[in-house]
Amino acid sequence: MRRVSAVVAIAAVLAAGAALSACGSQADSSGTTITLYNGQHEQTADNLVSAFEKQTGITVVVRSDDEDVLADQIAAEGSKSPADVFFTENSPPLESLQAKGLLSRVDSATLARTPSKYNSPQGDWVGVSARVSVIIYNPSLISASQLPTHVAQLADPQYKGKLALAPGETDFQPIVTDYERAYGTAATLTWLKKISANAAGHIYPDNETIADEVNRGAAAFGVVNQYYWYRMRAEIGSGNIHSKITYFASGDPGYVIDVSGAAVLKSSKHQAASQKFLAFLVSKQGQEILATPGTSAGQSLSFEYPIASGVTTKAGETPFSELRPYPITIGGLGDGSTAIALMTKAGLL
Amino acid sequence: MNALQAPAAPPALKPVRARRAARPVGLLAVSTLIAALLAVPLVFLLIESHAAGWHTVAAQIVRPLTGTLLWNTVRLTVVVTVLCAFLGTVTAWLVERTDLPGRRFFAVLLVVPLAIPDFVVSFGWSSLFVWVQGFQGAVLVMTLAVYPLVYLPVAASLRAADPGQEEVSRSLGVGRLRTFVRITLGQARGAILGGCLLVVLVLLAEYGAFEMLGYQTFTTEIFTNLQLPTEVPTSCALALVLVAISLVVLAGEARWRGGGRIARSGPMAPRAMPPLRLGRAATAASLAGVCLLIALAVGLPTGASIYWIVEGGVPSVSNSVSVSMLSAAWHTAAYGVCAGALDTLLALPLAVLAIRHSGAVRQFLERSTYLVLAMPGVVIALALTYFTEQYLGSAGYQTAPLLVICYTIMFFPLALVGVKAAIARAPASLDEVARSLGQSRLAAFSRVTLRLAAPGLAAAFCLVFLEVVTELTATLILVPTGVQTLATQFWQYQSSLSYAQAAPFALVMIALATVPSVVLGRFFNVSAKAQGSAT
Repeated sequence: MRRVSAVVAIAAVLAAGAALSACGSQADSSGTTITLYNGQHEQTADNLVSAFEKQTGITVVVRSDDEDVLADQIAAEGSKSPADVFFTENSPPLESLQAKGLLSRVDSATLARTPSKYNSPQGDWVGVSARVSVIIYNPSLISASQLPTHVAQLADPQYKGKLALAPGETDFQPIVTDYERAYGTAATLTWLKKISANAAGHIYPDNETIADEVNRGAAAFGVVNQYYWYRMRAEIGSGNIHSKITYFASGDPGYVIDVSGAAVLKSSKHQAASQKFLAFLVSKQGQEILATPGTSAGQSLSFEYPIASGVTTKAGETPFSELRPYPITIGGLGDGSTAIALMTKAGLL
Repeated sequence: MNALQAPAAPPALKPVRARRAARPVGLLAVSTLIAALLAVPLVFLLIESHAAGWHTVAAQIVRPLTGTLLWNTVRLTVVVTVLCAFLGTVTAWLVERTDLPGRRFFAVLLVVPLAIPDFVVSFGWSSLFVWVQGFQGAVLVMTLAVYPLVYLPVAASLRAADPGQEEVSRSLGVGRLRTFVRITLGQARGAILGGCLLVVLVLLAEYGAFEMLGYQTFTTEIFTNLQLPTEVPTSCALALVLVAISLVVLAGEARWRGGGRIARSGPMAPRAMPPLRLGRAATAASLAGVCLLIALAVGLPTGASIYWIVEGGVPSVSNSVSVSMLSAAWHTAAYGVCAGALDTLLALPLAVLAIRHSGAVRQFLERSTYLVLAMPGVVIALALTYFTEQYLGSAGYQTAPLLVICYTIMFFPLALVGVKAAIARAPASLDEVARSLGQSRLAAFSRVTLRLAAPGLAAAFCLVFLEVVTELTATLILVPTGVQTLATQFWQYQSSLSYAQAAPFALVMIALATVPSVVLGRFFNVSAKAQGSAT
């Protein structure tokens, strides 16, 4: 008897679990619901999503994870993917899904909102915002004059034990890709090996950790995208900021612009609603949310540069038009596989 | 011959092997099915590696970073395991065998670190102290987080051990220290090894704490590789290395444990060992040591969370203590209850097989299930994703039942440890008596064995519940879209440096996990007494 009642109890609990998940994940069926696979930071996505829902009445269910994990998931899910829209921090995951033929073509009116050099060359995804690589440093551990001005100098032995690195981060691959374009494969490999030695003990999983460790003085400096520093300042308050950021020399291969983008999946059963979401991301309202720092509606702690025409950042960063990055195209950045292979050879991955 | 069970095993009237003739086919069949479910992740790794080509896999394994990872993984595992064995054994001995003031109180507090997720301990330390990072940080954090895995079984074993042997040893003129080393530690050897085995397996699969500390191991690298495009084969290759390491550890533990049985000198009714009187100086030193350990392992992570909440002020707290927290706590608890119940149920057949029958097959079935403990949650989640996609047309993918099944697979070995200890306390002879009185086999089992084993089953349930509350990586992949657990929400806030918003989730996790960990502590505490009434 005891055993039977235990089984019944367990079955009841399992059923309750299933029921609760059902009511947790399914939104009401009255309006359209789309599922967003969000590889972007939630600070960027959250207020965009709620503004879109308010404007259109379309419900957006958000699933957040690392963009490459989501890209792998989409590829594995294939035609049965629950995702309708994919929003990423960087172009390579979108490029790789595009190459697999999993993306729908973006409405041409949406593509026209942003400079074509920041969109998919094929038109299967649209650029939404941009960031730039910077050096973050802790002035109490290294003075501005001691910092490298060219990314090549990261390999200098004087930076041993001072440099922090996140080789697994999607933001570091474009720098390696650029370097390889500028100096060739053999030189890049030597450079990476020296960097690896300099960063020993300060290899971190992501850019947030670099920003945090440099700020609190565990490492002297590192290379991150500018928005990590601004976002950290917003999160912990300027009183707790002990670090600064600076740029590489104009046109240096370390001076990179990364593009965030979004796409509609070919397998989506809500093509129209999904295209509306993309259009919203690059609309004036959507871009203003990206451009305006804050946590209320109509703002975000994204700190990325809006790239649609007519909107500029209000975050007090160096204006986008004044940046002087290394000239490389989206196609040139590719899917990052060359950079990954080189980092693997150098023992960084 | 685990010491968790050994002292409790009744004096066998005839050798256990004699029962082999009555090997129940049904039990074996069910156990094989369960072992097959637990083999799913390994099968997935083999399929993926085969698809990628073994040449590719070999190339992924033989690369410059592997050496670093191996060195990092091995040195950390060795140092932390030794420290945990020392801390766990010493504290257990102090609590169980001496007149340390307040030892019943400490018996509960020493287990509480189990309720604090490893990554919360890591968060507490590294958010306050810059030097807590890398190897030294990992050693500190992991030792404080997992030593109870040694403490629990050793305390249980010391409590249940036969005092007669020590008395005989002393009466034969063997010194106090040698008696301690040869008899006391000898009796607890199985428990110490069993605890160390759990520590090693947990260390191999740990992710969150190491990521926060910037310490690279195979598991963090598996995760890093998943975050690179199309690097699933690399992750599988690294996971295979982990499997290989854990096979070595399992084999080593089995060998070291040996086949020795622990004998009792007299009848079963346990006598209480008269506690050793510590001198005044020893008492002061021991009290200071135990208090310091608890302060570092429990006080600091909890204190750090409170500090960040206070530092963040009221708005940040009211932001997070809202619907999202209630919903996260509710989902976390529901998943934990489901997985705990399922695991306890599934562990029963294997535990009965392991305790009441002998033979190579049952040993293989039982030990094979330990492999999943060394596999990172993310690998198990990927395996389930793969199989639902291949064979079920993605039905069930990212639904609560599949997530619960994932947890069930991940934490089955922990449930098995508890259920085995519980079944060991219910002598098979009582079952046989019940059957001789005309009860059917099932009725005898449920009326006698299950009733006697109930506290242990509760302990197994609690252990799984605890782990589910703190699970991170598999949850990130399989959680239903739109649902957050306490761990995933904490992780998101923490990684964006929103400490003030992350901290309340840490505290709720600790609160949710403290109840079962206290139950666990009590179970292992009263086990000796219960044994008395069981016989």
